[in-house]
Amino acid sequence: MPVVLARVFTFAIDGIDPLPVSVEVDVRPGLPSFKLVGLAGTAVREARERVQAAIQNSGFEFPSRRITANLAPANVPKAGPGFDAALAVALLVASGQCPAEGVRDRAVFGELSLGGELRHTRGVLAVAEGARSAGLGGLIVPRACAAEAALVGELDVVGLGDLRAVAKLLAGGAPPPVPEPPVPPADALPDLIDVRGHELPLRALEIAAAGGHNLLLEGAPGGGKTLLARRLPSLLPPLTREEALEVTRIHSVAGIRRHEGLLTARPFRAPHHTISASGLVGGGSMPAPGEASLAHHGVLFLDELSEFARPSLEALRQPIEDGHVSVVRSQRALQFPTRFMLVAATNPCPCGFAGSERPCKCGELELARHRRRLSGPLLDRIDLLVTVARPSAADLTRPPLASSAVVRERVLAARERQAHRLTGRGVRCNGQLDAATLRDCVPVSAQARTALDRAYDRGGLSARGYDRVLRVACTIADLAERPVVDLDEVLHALALRQQHESGDPVPA
Amino acid sequence: MSGAVERSTRHTPCSACLRRSWLVARLAGSIELAWIARKPLPAVLSLADAALIAALGGKERGRIEHAYERFDAGAARAICAEHGVLALCRCDARYPVRLHDLPDAPAVLYVRGEPAGFERCMACDGVAIVGARRGSPYGLEQARGLGRGLAAAGLTVVSGMALGIDAAAHVGALEVDGATLAVLACGPERAYPASKRDLHRRIVARGAVVAELPPGTRARRWCFPARNRLIAALARATVVVEADARSGSLITATLAGDLGREVAAVPGLVTASLARGTNALIADGAQLVRGPRDVLELLFGVEAPALLAAEPEPGLPADLRALLEHVGGGRDTVAALTAGGLGVDAVLAGLAQLELRGRVRRGAGGRYVPVVHG
Repeated sequence: MPVVLARVFTFAIDGIDPLPVSVEVDVRPGLPSFKLVGLAGTAVREARERVQAAIQNSGFEFPSRRITANLAPANVPKAGPGFDAALAVALLVASGQCPAEGVRDRAVFGELSLGGELRHTRGVLAVAEGARSAGLGGLIVPRACAAEAALVGELDVVGLGDLRAVAKLLAGGAPPPVPEPPVPPADALPDLIDVRGHELPLRALEIAAAGGHNLLLEGAPGGGKTLLARRLPSLLPPLTREEALEVTRIHSVAGIRRHEGLLTARPFRAPHHTISASGLVGGGSMPAPGEASLAHHGVLFLDELSEFARPSLEALRQPIEDGHVSVVRSQRALQFPTRFMLVAATNPCPCGFAGSERPCKCGELELARHRRRLSGPLLDRIDLLVTVARPSAADLTRPPLASSAVVRERVLAARERQAHRLTGRGVRCNGQLDAATLRDCVPVSAQARTALDRAYDRGGLSARGYDRVLRVACTIADLAERPVVDLDEVLHALALRQQHESGDPVPA
Repeated sequence: MSGAVERSTRHTPCSACLRRSWLVARLAGSIELAWIARKPLPAVLSLADAALIAALGGKERGRIEHAYERFDAGAARAICAEHGVLALCRCDARYPVRLHDLPDAPAVLYVRGEPAGFERCMACDGVAIVGARRGSPYGLEQARGLGRGLAAAGLTVVSGMALGIDAAAHVGALEVDGATLAVLACGPERAYPASKRDLHRRIVARGAVVAELPPGTRARRWCFPARNRLIAALARATVVVEADARSGSLITATLAGDLGREVAAVPGLVTASLARGTNALIADGAQLVRGPRDVLELLFGVEAPALLAAEPEPGLPADLRALLEHVGGGRDTVAALTAGGLGVDAVLAGLAQLELRGRVRRGAGGRYVPVVHG
């Protein structure tokens, strides 16, 4: 057994991004030992035991010499079991049990079982993207993940079942056929067909979808707030291939996908209100994407908004504002994308029955406290408020008012108009317009302007509220295919604004 | 305490009155116990100083008598000055005449606010607007509208600055820059309840906050019914807006009736618990109040509505007028209005128009409330 230094390429998952890592193994005479260096996390250090068992159980010899394995670059912390396969292959190469040529132009990624089988591993899509952009020709992954890796294209993906098969391939064996990317099963999204009544909320959902506006649903328990929110993704334009890859990659890293293949439905995430700030925006000592990133290109639904901890909601400010979040851990800053639509739901008052048929039991103090809990920076980013009332018995027997397909047609047309108008301005929909752009590129009729100014002068609108109303009015005009924001659009937008704007609904 | 009330135009409160006032505050804890033991408040508060100490002093009687003998009126005046509080004793010409109708009138009325503001409040007739702390959007809007209309007609809106109806009435009066008088159960410099700090400040700036207890005294439970008797006495009429069957506002109404003041109430749904007290008052003969106009007629006769401000923008288009009537008739949410056959777009636009014109206001739960006018 000659003294050899072997090197095998693999990738670490840094947040949601692939980080090229080369596994170097040095085998030399000396007291038998197996050292692993290069800022390896717990799961990586345990790789030693898995790799040793896997090599022996696959019928290879584990060299009883002094073995040093290094994960380079050595200054980046590494976590997860994805290095197992690369480590085992490097050992086989270093100990001369496997030729080195096969891994010159290939990366190896995957977790090993003690028996030598390659197991399904999270984040394969990110690794495949890494391999492609690193200019490698091929990638060896567990067979269970091959289809996912093949989504990337322009990469020779080999999916193998165990370590023996890997060795056979490297020794010059024929690779198994390249797996076809599976046809994504049609993700059946909840459809508006299931909704009875709710004329006003449906209108608000359509406007929100068309303009990318964040939305607050207010209403008594059991009124249908969640039912409605879950149907928002079905109104949004389909994911583009780039968006779909991005979403699939994030969900693959988080290990929460329902099937292999590309995700084609816009994600809908509804975290429970007990979630922590890091759970929401991402974090942990080895930072993982949070709910905000899992909702990237989709909908983040916060039910019972007033129950969320203040720090969690505060943490959402940057993600909403910038479309990404920076998580800083031990001198490293990671970025997660967070371009989602926010839908929040809340009871109108602590008892939940204000405005419903049942009498509200809350006093002025409770109402004020409830409003205080809601108010703040997050509400500043919410353009639309709509009251969701329980549908009447008559509504339940009538046919549904809309279907997602029909509404989506209108939404797509409105988005088209916005894209056309906003070309070159760095935003894609009205919901993302800032105050300056808003004044710049939205024609408003004199009548409409007068109405807005009047609302402002009456004290019913703040300066930010003024912009919010204008943004929404603009989307309503887009939906109606009108080139100018006119009085009607402004009036609708005023009626759908946050009531917290209107000064003091309850006397001071 | 001197027996006969002697009138003068003195500007400093006399020592005997200040001492009486100090004594009531000193014995506040014992009065509380007596009140809990269901001793009638007027019977306690109309006792002469010595009898009051004898009745309530208990174990501390000696100590209280000692302090009573050595009472320092100068120090009491200094405390008032320090808090910016004007002390009007019942020998002062500026002491409200109406309070003399009470058998247990306070010896001193403490006033927080500009003397001019207080004089403005006293220069015209007062109307008390009182009601539930947990008012409904309907009740709050009625109180606010009454406060606005009556203050605009030149009356002083008197209330207790409590949460809900009371505060709404003050807010309404302040909206038209009218005269409004808050009567507190604690010292007048204290904002009670604390959440009404801002309202307290605004009333102090433009009207006056008065109390029977000296600055620095906190409110005890008996102080609230005691405060109610001042509200009843200070106003020519008391209007109750929303009160359940056991509301403290009914105490105010009863006291007002006993003092020969007018009593009126805003009706509500017979099924609403918050209307049980007010509807019962009306059944017992209180004047029914549909708006400021009814109160003015009650006080000044039929020609009074001339005092009212004209309806803002009388020329409401027919469709908006119809929508406003629907809202007033109880179909007060977008869902209810569209269920009646109107298109959602027309409803949204119409409601926004009405809101812009100041004819409706949005309340909790997406419910619209018509704004009260004359």
